[in-house]
Order: sequence, then C-alpha cells, then structure tokens
Amino acid sequence: MSSRRTILKATALGAFSMSGMSWLPSAFAGETIKVGVLHSLSGTMAISETSLKDVALMTFADINAHGGVMGKMIEPVVVDPASNWPLFAEKARQLLAQDKVAVVFGCWTSVSRKSVLPVFKELNGLLFYPVQYEGEELEHNVFYTGAAPNQQAIPAVEYLMSKDGGNVKRFVLLGTDYVYPRTTNKILRAFLHSKGVKDSDIEETYTPFGYSDYQSIVANIKQFANGGKTAVISTINGDSNVPFYKELGNAGVKATDIPVMAFSVGEEELRGVDTRPLVGHLAAWNYFESVKNPVNAAFIKEWKAYAKAQKLPNADTVVTNDPMEATYVGIHMWKQAVEKAHSTATDKVIAAMAGQTFKAPDGYTLEMDKTNHHLHKPVMIGEIRADGQFNIVYKTKGTIRAQPWSPYIPGNEGKQNI
Amino acid sequence: MKPVRTFLRTAAVVLGLWLQLGAAHAAIDPALLKPLTGDDSDARIAAVDRIAALGTDDARRVLEAMDNDALYATPSGTVLVVDGTQAWNPATGKTGPVPDDADGVIVNNRIRGEVETALAGLQLFSRDRGVRLSAAQNLLQNADPSQMPTIEKALAAEQDQDIKAILKQVVAVAHLSSPDAAVRRAAVAALADTTDASLTPTLQRMLAKNPDGSYVEPDAGVRAEAVRTLAALQRHQSLVDLTGKLFYGISLGSVLLLAALGLAITFGLMGIINMAHGEMLMIGAYTTYVCQLFFRKFFPGAIDAYLVAALPAAFLVTAAVGIALERLVIRWLYGRPLETLLCTWGISLILMQAVRTIFGAQNVEVANPSWMSGGVTVLGSLVLSYNRIVIVVFSLCVVAAVWLLLNKTRLGLFVRAVTQNRRMADCVGVPTGRIDMLTFGLGCGIAGLGGVALSQLGNVGPDLGQGYIVDSFMVVVLGGVGQLAGTVIAALGLGEVNKFLEPYAGAVLAKIAILVFIIIFIQKRPQGLFALKGRSVE
Repeated sequence: MSSRRTILKATALGAFSMSGMSWLPSAFAGETIKVGVLHSLSGTMAISETSLKDVALMTFADINAHGGVMGKMIEPVVVDPASNWPLFAEKARQLLAQDKVAVVFGCWTSVSRKSVLPVFKELNGLLFYPVQYEGEELEHNVFYTGAAPNQQAIPAVEYLMSKDGGNVKRFVLLGTDYVYPRTTNKILRAFLHSKGVKDSDIEETYTPFGYSDYQSIVANIKQFANGGKTAVISTINGDSNVPFYKELGNAGVKATDIPVMAFSVGEEELRGVDTRPLVGHLAAWNYFESVKNPVNAAFIKEWKAYAKAQKLPNADTVVTNDPMEATYVGIHMWKQAVEKAHSTATDKVIAAMAGQTFKAPDGYTLEMDKTNHHLHKPVMIGEIRADGQFNIVYKTKGTIRAQPWSPYIPGNEGKQNI
Repeated sequence: MKPVRTFLRTAAVVLGLWLQLGAAHAAIDPALLKPLTGDDSDARIAAVDRIAALGTDDARRVLEAMDNDALYATPSGTVLVVDGTQAWNPATGKTGPVPDDADGVIVNNRIRGEVETALAGLQLFSRDRGVRLSAAQNLLQNADPSQMPTIEKALAAEQDQDIKAILKQVVAVAHLSSPDAAVRRAAVAALADTTDASLTPTLQRMLAKNPDGSYVEPDAGVRAEAVRTLAALQRHQSLVDLTGKLFYGISLGSVLLLAALGLAITFGLMGIINMAHGEMLMIGAYTTYVCQLFFRKFFPGAIDAYLVAALPAAFLVTAAVGIALERLVIRWLYGRPLETLLCTWGISLILMQAVRTIFGAQNVEVANPSWMSGGVTVLGSLVLSYNRIVIVVFSLCVVAAVWLLLNKTRLGLFVRAVTQNRRMADCVGVPTGRIDMLTFGLGCGIAGLGGVALSQLGNVGPDLGQGYIVDSFMVVVLGGVGQLAGTVIAALGLGEVNKFLEPYAGAVLAKIAILVFIIIFIQKRPQGLFALKGRSVE
C-alpha cells in the first residue's frame, strides 16, 4: 500500500510543479503585464527549447530589475506543450483566452508554429517566433526574429562557391525528411540552377527522423566527391547529427576535403557531443557566441550568472546560441514597442513594432522591417572548434532584409508584404 | 646535416648569453610571417608557400602550429607559436611567456588545406615512416605542380616500397597533363593498378570528344591505355561497393541485434510486451556516460578503459532496474498483455523524464576511446571504421554468452522449463516467480549492454531508446517469438536488405519497404522465421 501512496504523492507533486507557474500568486505587488512562454520542456524538443524558456525568464527578470515595462512588472506564464503539436494549440489557447497574456514567446519547429497560427489569428494574439525557418509564411499576428532562407541558406552556399569557401562545384543536399529541409533544398536547387550548377552536380538525400546509420550515405558522398570539389549542405535535424559526423570522421573524410555546412548545428547542440570529428566543418547562423563585442560579452555574462543562480542543469557549461539571441532581441523589441504604443493591445503593438531597432549581441543594430515582420539580420559562417565554439570565417558587411517569400520558388512574385 | 644544425643551435643559444645572436640559425623574416595573420586569404596562402619553400625546421614548426591552431599573434603583428604557457617567436627564435594580448590566428578550411599540402612536402623527408606515408597520401590528393621537384627528389631518396609506390602515383598523376605523348602514355600505364577512384573523371575526360569530333587526347596509344586503366578502376570500384554494402549491412544488423536481443528474452521467451525496453538501452548508455565521468575524474590515465568497465556496470544497473520493474509492476500483470503494454509505456515516459530531470534535456557527451576512433582501409579506398568492427564482434560475443547461459547453465534450464510449461516446472520445484524475475533482469541487463554499444555510435540523450523500440520489436517478431537464432538471422537479414535497398531507394523509402515486407511476411507466416512452442504461443 505504501508504495502506491508514494506514487500518488509523486504524481500529485509532479502535476503541481507542472502547472505551478500559471496560478501561483504573483510575486509582485501592483499591476503586472502577463506574458506567455510556449516552449517544450519535455519530449524530444526539450533539448532545444528548454534553454529558450530560460533565456526568456532571464530577460524578463532583467527588464523587471530595470523598472519593468511602462513601470509595470512582467509576469511570465510558462506552459509546457511537451513536444506535442496539437498540445501547442491547446496551450496557446489557454495562454490567450484564460491567462490573457499580452504576448507569447515560443515555438521551435515549423509544425508547432503552424499548429498555433489559427489560435493566434482567431483570438488576435501576438507571437514572437525565434528560430530560423523555411519562409513561405507571413502572418499579421507573428513576428519572426529568426532567419528566413535568404538570411542563412543562400549566403552560406554563396560562401562555399567563393574562393575562400573552396570553389565548391558539386553539392550534396542532405536533410531529415520534413518540411524545413525539403523547402530549403527546393530553394537552394533553384538558386544553384541560377548560378549555373547542373542537376547532375546536385544530389538530394533525405533520412527519416532519428536516423543513425549513415554508413551508406557517407560512402555515397565520398563517391560523389570524386567528380569534383564537393560540399554537403546539411539540414539534418537535431539528434541525427552526431552519428553523421562520427561516421564522416571514421571514414577519413576531413573538412578540408568535403566540408559540411549545417543549418541546425549550433553551440547548444555541440554541448553534448564529442567534437573531435566535427572540427573544421561549417555552420551558418546570424549569431555566434564567439562574436566579440561589449553587448555580447554582457549578454553571455548575464546568461552564465543566471544559469548559476537558477541552478540550471550543467550550469557551468551553458552556452548562448542563435535562437537564444533571437528570443532576447524579440523580448526587448516587444518592450520598446509597448512603450512606444503606450499599450499592450495587440494591434497597437504590431503597429509600433515596425521599424524598431535594437543593439543586439551579434554586434549589429537590428531593425524590424516596416512591412514584413522579419528582422534585418547579418549572416555569419563559423567553423567548428574543438571546444564546441565557432571560428567566424565570414560575416556580411551589414544586415540583410528578409525575403520570407523566396524569389526562387515559382508563384511567389507579388507576395512580398503583409 | 641535422646533428650539425642541432649543435649549431645549442652553440648559438650559449653564445647568445654574451652576444645577442640567439637568432643566428635560420630565423624567419618577420615580413614573411606578417601576412599569415592578415585577412586576405590569397596573401596568407602566398606566405604559407614562401615559408614552406624555406624548407627549414622552423618553417615546419610554424606551419604545424598553424595547422593545429597554435599560431597566435599580438595586435602589434608579432607572430608566436604557443605551446601551453610558452610562446616561441619564429622571427627571433626566442621563447617566453605568452603575452596577454596574443590572440589565436583563425585558419579557415581553404588555408588549412594549403598548409597541410605544403607541410606534406616538408614531411616527405621526415625520419618517421608514418609521417612520410601520410604526407605522400595527402600529396596524392592535393599535390601542387610547384611541388613536383620536391616530390621527385623525395622519390629518389625514398627506400620504403609502399611510400615509393604512392609517390610514383603522385608523379604519374602530374604527368597525365604532360605535353609529351610518350610521358602521358607511361603515366596512364603506371596508374594501371591504381585504386584511387578520384582519377576516374580525369581519365574519362581523356576519352571524351571535343565539339569538333576530335578526341581531347590526341594520341591513340594513350587512349588505349586509358581505356584499360579505366576498366580496371571500375572493376575495382564495383568490388569496393559490394564489400562496402556487405559490411554496412552486417554492421547495421549487429546494432539491431544488440538492441533486440534483450527484447528477444523479455518479449520472446517471457511474452511480456515491454515498451520500456528502449529505455533500458538508454539507461545502459547513461551508465556508460557515468563511467566515463568517473574515469575522467579518478583515473584520467586509463580513460580509454572506461568502456570495458562500463560493460559490467551497465549490465548490473539495467538488470537491477529491470528486476525492480518486474517485482513492482509487471508481475501483477502477467497474462494481461494490453495492460502490460500500457503500463510499460507509461514507465518508459517516467524513465525518460527522470533522466531528463537528473542529467538535463541535453545530450551528454560520450567520446569514443582512442582505440575505437578511425578505421582500417581495405581494398585501397574502403574505410571500415573501428567502432563498427568492435560492435560487430561484441554483438557476436553477447549472442554466444546468452546462448551458453540459456543452454548450458542451471538457470537457463529453469528458464526454458518455465517457458515451456510453467505449471509442470512449478510442480517439480522450480521457483517460477524467482525465475521470472531473473529472466526479466537478464533481458534488461542485455539491453543495457546494447546501450553501451549504442553510446559509441550516436547520441546519448533521454530519447535514445525511442529510435530503437520499433526496430527491436520488428526483429523479434520477424525472427519468430521465442527463438534466439531467429533473432540473429532476422537482425542480420534486415540489416543487409536495408543497406542493399538504400542506394537505390533512399533511406526513407528503404525503411518503408522493409516495413511493408515485414507486414506481408507476417501475414504469410505469423509465427516468424522460426517458431518455438512456449508460453507465449499458448
């Protein structure tokens, strides 16, 4: 009997802590602004999304410590959609209808974003989406603080085709089989065609989710590379990256021979990885932790101190990455827009967001586009170092305006703005 | 020359105490070093080539530092080679502490490639055979026309047959574009038994026709040689392909086998639908991680042995978890497969979240021990990686051990007895409850061993088991519930079929095709490849 009671108790405790944040009495006296955080804290996406939740909470605490938004304290409401796409919609509805939050920061995968869109449209909510994605979307209720394809994928390929990138002539487009890699590769293929690369010099390969046996694929890549200087453009998602790079390393493929350009490998992903086989391979992002400037130094310091103070798991090895920076920038821009609009009403904030600028940790002053809800962002290319950080080998001179509707996909002409 | 130079250097250092002549030996001109730290890649590569052309030990040291990210520069433009806390200044030859403002020189892939090729030219004269061999192999891929005199000099001095053969190939490849037809012909003939598939396009280009109908290679004799070499190359390539596929299939099969073997016992012999089986793999992998941490902290010298220690540890930990599971939950559900399924699925979620809470949601780092990194090259170009080979051997050992345990020990006898006729076994005094517990523990322990192996191939994270649970059930069901031999054959067969399908159909379709095949197979033969009468059949 006692064992059953313990289990009951544990379950109750779990339920309590899961739903805890939303109904605990507010720590602050006086009026507060409620904001939602919609990131998976359990399930497969927890690996990526947990740190975004933590960065958001850190930024709220920081804003509160500096007087809040229009003198009001921010009161975060954290929910856990558990990597379950329909649950994302349910939790979004709960945030907007029940908790009446002014804004939601959240989502990682495109499918989770697509799942919450109808809810945000119906209840006229406001969502800040912090992750690089495949474009082909522009919603009145969403601000995209991550990169569109022309702010990541296309400059990365241009770099590979340049002299410093190795004058690459042949491309292996390798991805996990879902919407982001498929759309990105469709854009890249059209782009490569426009650069005079023939179909016989492009090989597109997809693997299922969670795939871990890359032996034949690596053998294929080696064979393909016999035909000329080859690079791999990897849109492999999350967990499959490590087996892929391990196989490459063991097969004797060096980054100087066949470089791999990855769009989803960042500092956070490299934390749980034996980096030896990855050294020298490339990643394209809009921010790297190794960017040197005072704003970034302050950002990293704040994050490390926060992780230590909150006793996050492995607090001594925490890193910052691109989506974390995008979350941080998004929250600050929202605060500026609220203060400009003197209101948290969705439509007023959306109007005030246009043209907001913020001095971001990436070393540039980022601007929210006046019409297309995307940030103007710089593009950086880094080579992986043994310590899991990146050597930045290329940076755009200024920021690049996003093209959510890629000109390389037919039928997109004339769909440029909201 | 070398001892003389060493003597001179020693003498110079001694002299330097009185005379500021510390740099009397070949110091490198600062004007040559300065461009190395700049932003202009072309200037940097030119500087690399010029430094390599010096051919001195100092030049080699600078280039090696560049290759290993040990080259630093101060804002004033002084270039330093850093080793730990000491910095050596190649311009003055002096060694001192690293200045605070020195920062690492960033070397991108293009420059790294050039540095390695330039270094290879210098290393051809090394006294270490291994260094010379890898230098020659590098040159085979990347040799620069300007390096030909060096290579020919090295070839003349080389004694080792293997290295000589490679260098001859390097020279032959360079001669392919010679203006003299006789030299070209000799070059193509010299490449007759090459295994280097990257030459295929060059040879094919020789045989191609220009737009005006003439051949790119004007000499018919050279073309005939090229056809012969190309045919040999292609024959060799198809042999490599076939061997590669066979090995990849066996390797995938052995991974499936390790993942499924534990399940073959818990599901196969005992008939328990254990949805938490994947989490047993995961716990095994995390035990490996903890072992690695332990070794890093207490026996950093023997870090490569952590894997050996992880084997018994993983077996015991997962077996203990399994036994606890059996005693607390599963034993109340015998004979109720649906409830068992739901219950173990719930347990799998609990275990995953527990690991997430303890170790964090991020993957943890499990490094291959150095003896499992890299691979052995066979047939000239096929690399069989050590970690895959070790896992194939390991899986065979585990199968042998399980077979011995089930067929040659008293415990195995009891297990088989309980499986075949529980009531009769009970009557003759077999403690069936205890046997159930131990068998389930054994199954889970073997899954733990599988987890150790999986940790060497992929990620170690809370979701590790999810990727293997479906495959494991597939193998056990296909092999025939309750049969070890069936599991082995099913795992290896699925691995081979998968790897032979993959090049044609792609990884996604290959997986679907396999599932369809299994569905059809089970329709025709529900008992699987092999069938044994046991409790699960009743």
